[in-house]
Amino acid sequence: MGTPTQITDTPPPAPQPAIDKRAARGATRPGDRIFLGLSRGSGILLLVIMAAIAGFLTYRAVLAISEDEGNFLTTFEWNTGVTPPVFGIAVLAYGTIVSSIIAMIIAVPVSVAIALFLTHYAPRRLRGPIAYVIDLLAAVPSIVYGLWGALVLVPHMNGLFGWLNDYLGWTGIFSWQGGAARSMLTVGILLAIMILPIITNVSREVFRQVPQMHEEAALALGATRWEVIRMAVIPFGRSGVISASMLGLGRALGETMAVATVLSPDFLIHSSLLDPGGGTFAQNIASKFSEATEFGRDALIASGLVLFVITLLVNGAARAIIARRKEYSGANA
Amino acid sequence: MAKRIDVSGLTAYYGSHKAIEDISMTVEPRSVTAFIGPSGCGKSTFLRTLNRMHEVTSGGRVEGKVLLDDEDLYGTGIDPVSVRREVGMVFQRPNPFPTMSIFDNVAAGLRLNGDYKKSELADIVERSLKGANLWNEVKDRLNKPGSGLSGGQQQRLCIARAIAVEPNVLLMDEPCSALDPISTLAIEDLIGELKERFTIVIVTHNMQQAARVSDRTAFFNLAAVGQPGKLIEIDDTERIFSNPSVQATEDYISGRFG
Repeated sequence: MGTPTQITDTPPPAPQPAIDKRAARGATRPGDRIFLGLSRGSGILLLVIMAAIAGFLTYRAVLAISEDEGNFLTTFEWNTGVTPPVFGIAVLAYGTIVSSIIAMIIAVPVSVAIALFLTHYAPRRLRGPIAYVIDLLAAVPSIVYGLWGALVLVPHMNGLFGWLNDYLGWTGIFSWQGGAARSMLTVGILLAIMILPIITNVSREVFRQVPQMHEEAALALGATRWEVIRMAVIPFGRSGVISASMLGLGRALGETMAVATVLSPDFLIHSSLLDPGGGTFAQNIASKFSEATEFGRDALIASGLVLFVITLLVNGAARAIIARRKEYSGANA
Repeated sequence: MAKRIDVSGLTAYYGSHKAIEDISMTVEPRSVTAFIGPSGCGKSTFLRTLNRMHEVTSGGRVEGKVLLDDEDLYGTGIDPVSVRREVGMVFQRPNPFPTMSIFDNVAAGLRLNGDYKKSELADIVERSLKGANLWNEVKDRLNKPGSGLSGGQQQRLCIARAIAVEPNVLLMDEPCSALDPISTLAIEDLIGELKERFTIVIVTHNMQQAARVSDRTAFFNLAAVGQPGKLIEIDDTERIFSNPSVQATEDYISGRFG
C-alpha cells in the first residue's frame, strides 16, 4: 500500500468520518437488528441455562455432601435414609465409565466400518436404504432397547459368557459364575447398539466430504481402494470421527432407562465384567429418585453433578485431541 | 524409463454420453506434448484415459487401445492400479495430502509400492524434491504439513510426489491454472528439465504456455455442445503456431473463436 514513510509538509488528512460501528455490524435495518438480537439472545440463553444447571446441581450437592458420613468419592454404599447418611459414588463412577468404554470399543470400529462401506464400497442404490435402516435404529426409544435387552439379549448372552469364561476366564475380567447376564458387559453391548447410529451417521457425513481431489491424488499414485481410504479418507475424517465418538460417548454415559432395565444393580465393584451387579449414575438416579427423601434427592443430585463433570471432561479431552491435530486436519487445504 | 505412448481409435464415454471419439496419436518418449482446445473438447478426459483415471468417474468407460511401448493399458488382465503406478499425474489444483508432512507426501507413493529402508526413503525424497526444484525451500521443514506451503510450492510438491515413484509417463492436467505467473514460470522451467527423464503430456488453456514448453501440440475441438470431442491435428508445436494445416486450428490459436 504505497510507500510507508513519506515526508511532506501537508497536514494529516482530515479524519474520515468514523465508520458507524452499528452499520459495520449490519444492524441498521430492522430485520438485521431483530435477527442480531435473536441470535445473540439464543447464545446468551444457552450460557445462562448451563450456568443455572451447574449452579443448581452444585448448591444441592453441597447440601448433601456436607452431611455425608462416608467419603463421597470412595464409599461403596448408598444409604441416605439413615442418620447419619453414608453414600459414595465409587461404584457408580466405575460402572458408568466401564460400560461406556465397552460400548465405545464395540461401536466405534463397527460404525466407522459401516460409514466407509456406505460411502466407498456399497453400490449406489443400496446406500439410501441402508442409511435409512441405521436412522431407524436411532429412532427406537431407549426403554424399548431396555426391554429388548432384558427379555432377549440377557437370556442369549449365556453362550458368549460361557465361551469368554472358558478361553479368557483366566484374565479375571472375563470369569463367570453362571448368574444371569445382567452385567456390565451386557450393558456395554446394549449401549454399543444404541450409540451405533449416531457415530455411523456423523462419520458417514464426514467421509462423504473428503474432497475428490485428495482421493484422486491417492488413486493417481496407484493406490488401491483400501489404500485410498487409508491415505486420504481416514486421515481427513479423523477429527470428525472423534467428534462423532464423543457424541456417542455422551449418550452412553447418560443412558438411563436401558441400563436400569437390564442391570441388576448392587453397590460393589465386580472384578469380572460378566458378574451381574454394579450401577451407573443415571441408572442409580432413575431407580432411587421416586422413593427418595428430600435429602436422598440431594444426594442423587450430587451424583448427577459428578456425571455432569465427567461429561464436560470428556468433551474437553475430545476438543484437545482435535485441536492438537488441527495443522494436519485438512480444514486448511 | 520414459516410454512411448501409442493411442489408436480411442473413444471414451460418461454413461451413454460420448465425450471423445476415435482419437489416435503417438507421443514420443522424452518429449513434451501439449493438448489445447476449447473447454469441453475432451482434452482432460483424454488425458485421464492415459492412466485409467477416467473409469474412476461413475459411468466412465473406454474403447480403443493405449499402448505404452508394447503393453496395452486396457488389455485383459491389466490392473488399473499398476497402470497408475507407471503413469503419474499432476492435477489442476495442487492436492498434497493435508494430513501428511512434506516428507510423507513425497514418500506416499513409495510406501504404496513396497518396503524401503529409512535411509533409502530419505534419499529418494531428497532427490525428488530436488528434481521438482523445491528442496532448497523446504529442506528445513520436511516434517511440517504440506498444506502450509504456497500454491506454487504445493504444486511442485505434487510433482515431486509424482516423480518419486519414477513413472514412465507424467500427465499434467492444467498444472498452472491455479497459480500466479511466477509460480507458473517455475513449473514451466521444471517441465523443461523433467522431459530429459520422462514422457510428459500437459493439458493447458494457456496457448503461450503450450508454445513455450511443448515439442508437439495437439488441438482438440468439438463440433457442437453435446457432440464428442475430436483430435483435429497434432504436429510440431512450431508448425501448429505458425502454419497449421487445419483452418480451425488457426482460428483457435489466433483467437477467432474458443
